[in-house]
Amino acid sequence: MKFKESRPIYLQIADRICDEIHQGIYPEDGRIPSVREYAALVEVNANTVVRTYDYLQSQEIIYTRRGLGYFVCPKAKKKIFSLRKSVFMNVELPEFFKQLRTLGIPIEEIVRMYGEQDES
Amino acid sequence: MMMEIKNVSFGYNRKQTVFDDFSLTLGEGSVYGLLGRNGTGKSTLLYLMTGLLRPRRGEVLYQGVNVSLRRPETLSQMFIVPEEFTLPKVSLKQFVSLNRPFYPRFSDELLCSCLRDFDMNEDIHLGELSMGQKKKAYMCFALATNTQLLVMDEPSNGLDIPSKSQFRRVVASGMAEDKAVIISTHQVRDIDSLLDHVVIIDGSRTLLNRSVADICSHLCFTELSSGELTGDELFTQPSVHGQSVILPNRLGEEEGTLNLELLFNATLAHPEKMAQVFNEK
Repeated sequence: MKFKESRPIYLQIADRICDEIHQGIYPEDGRIPSVREYAALVEVNANTVVRTYDYLQSQEIIYTRRGLGYFVCPKAKKKIFSLRKSVFMNVELPEFFKQLRTLGIPIEEIVRMYGEQDES
Repeated sequence: MMMEIKNVSFGYNRKQTVFDDFSLTLGEGSVYGLLGRNGTGKSTLLYLMTGLLRPRRGEVLYQGVNVSLRRPETLSQMFIVPEEFTLPKVSLKQFVSLNRPFYPRFSDELLCSCLRDFDMNEDIHLGELSMGQKKKAYMCFALATNTQLLVMDEPSNGLDIPSKSQFRRVVASGMAEDKAVIISTHQVRDIDSLLDHVVIIDGSRTLLNRSVADICSHLCFTELSSGELTGDELFTQPSVHGQSVILPNRLGEEEGTLNLELLFNATLAHPEKMAQVFNEK
């Protein structure tokens, strides 16, 4: 796995697992790999994956069953969707608006392009 | 603490001193990266830790026991893979049966899975291997001994490109909470994602001994174009994008990924300034 510098590795791994849940590789209520298995898979320190799993647990995307390991929460897909939407709305969109202003692009032009893309 | 190095002085002869009043403490459950300039005593330190060398003054304690005593219960809990070594010209099976009695926690299962991860099998002969293969075979044995302390000196030297990735996988899956792995290296990019603790030494001083999480909550590593520099930077270094920079992390939350090369260069160039950043909060 290639890591970007701008985001902590444990969150990048969380993104990866969310993608995999979204694609159905790990179905809801299905087991995900153990910390050590996942650490070996992405070639990182096991403690990093422990933090990833803690984070995903706090976001109610995965849960533990004592002695059995980690499982995907029943409503994980919906959770991931709303998390991603909020990141897009609150982080990526303001950045996009900033770019529009810097480059002097009126929002109407964007609306028109968005409409055209919809038709094609 | 698992390993305590207390006020150690050491030199290979009377005129020259490698360590002078050097101290360092390491705990279990971590993968340590030991970094330092050439000739600052990284390998010597590893030999002192494993009882292969004895300090002139001071002591090295493993689980509270002086390693210089070379007690069997101490030595059976540690294994070192030096940078260069010679293996006897015997089959791996013979080597294993001769050496495993020294390591009570030896695991055949681990040996098999490590060999498999490195695309090797148990029917190899140690006299017929290339340098890289020899290194891999010895590392497999080292991991299979399942000792609490595993020390590796420049483990990625001599490994081909796929083996470096296999090496990371093998170490990541062999890690457990009661273990510690110490890796000394100059090839920081081979191992940076594997580490959760960084130690930088320079002769008699420990310049840095901190967890990666701690480092990332105090420092931000990023790329800026020359126009974006604010003067707030702790360290800058030219890069393809403009400048690789280290900024103080004012938020205190972990922001980005550790850039080990940048951290190493910054720590060697400005040891006091870097130490101060960590002491501020």
